Amino acid sequence: MGKENSTREIWLVFWLLLIVTAIEVVLGIIKPDFMLERRLIGVTLLNHTFIILTIVKAYYIVYSFMHLGSEKKNLKWSILLPVWVLIPYLLFILLTEAFYQHEMYY
Amino acid sequence: MDSKNNTKESVWGGGNRPMKASYGKLMMWFFLITDALTFSAFLGAYGYHRFTHFTDWPIADEVFTHFPFVHGHYPLFYVALMTFILIMSSVTMVLAVHAGHHMNKKGVIIWMFLTIVGGITFLGSQAWEWYHFIKGTEKGALLIPSGEHGQKRVAHYVGVHDSHHGDTDHGPNLENIDENLDIVEAEYLDGQPVPKDLLVKNNKGEFIYAEQIFGAPLTGEYAFRYNEYGHTTFSNFFYFITGFHGFHVFTGVLINIVIFINVLRGVYHRRGHYEMVEKVGLYWHFVDLVWVFVFTFFYLV
Repeated sequence: MGKENSTREIWLVFWLLLIVTAIEVVLGIIKPDFMLERRLIGVTLLNHTFIILTIVKAYYIVYSFMHLGSEKKNLKWSILLPVWVLIPYLLFILLTEAFYQHEMYY
Repeated sequence: MDSKNNTKESVWGGGNRPMKASYGKLMMWFFLITDALTFSAFLGAYGYHRFTHFTDWPIADEVFTHFPFVHGHYPLFYVALMTFILIMSSVTMVLAVHAGHHMNKKGVIIWMFLTIVGGITFLGSQAWEWYHFIKGTEKGALLIPSGEHGQKRVAHYVGVHDSHHGDTDHGPNLENIDENLDIVEAEYLDGQPVPKDLLVKNNKGEFIYAEQIFGAPLTGEYAFRYNEYGHTTFSNFFYFITGFHGFHVFTGVLINIVIFINVLRGVYHRRGHYEMVEKVGLYWHFVDLVWVFVFTFFYLV
């Protein structure tokens, strides 16, 4: 059983998740021009921001709410490693092929 | 599960526990890994189709603009509320686990009850979202015959990614079908009355009747073939991904109810620990985690 977290920490994570979600919604509604104009590897700065904020939220949910932060090191790695390797690999293949398909056929 | 029952404590006798976690918890984690891979395959497939058809892909925050009890254009607010409900129920779940660690039966009961309420509220919100997605907007879109084999194309009011219209006061987006199409302001054709905005003329001077289509129909002739939002793959993935996630929420609520009844009966109190609450908590947080990604990749990006 992992080390338990305090009620204070739980509510801190709650506020963090709430504020990050609020930032995402505000950005999604305003869509600032400077974030739409700049692109990195074909993706706008705005979308990069969304993805980074999502990963921040995911980190806190897994680390704090699911107590993975206080599990043993080898349990942590046996859970995170397959996910970290397989999902980026899958997305890389799918999205690269999608760009190619779009250029070739549409 | 409990080391008291282990008779053999030697390394090869099954006595050591390299993960320092119970069998049930470990298996829940490994199940969640497989589930994470399933969801990433779905979202990856969504990304694949979106990038393949990105010139014809609807802008999500022009599709989901409804909010209960108010009329108008409120992009993202409703789905942000749904996200808030799910995050909140995740917090009550972790508080239930916390109370369980302190053998606080009353605390577990209160927080688990609130978690179940949150889950049911989320499901209801999703039903409302689906209802409006299926029903569509008041204007709908025009379904225009094009090609010789009875194909139809959709001229939608909702913005798609290559042409940011941004407001529904524009006419239907005919350019995405054929640059030469034009809506004809005619009330009668061949002596028959024509409903407003439903007659289209091409550059050869031929008149074409358009049909109106609303929402993303699940039944009838046009089910899954045409919808008012843009490429049909968008709505198909919407039903599939949010439906599959909603199914997870539904099973999560069911499992929560089972565990809740056991908590009420004092099963875990007699057992001496509330680890079952922790295990169902893992599942519940995972459902929240998936929603965080669905929210980003379906509604924001």
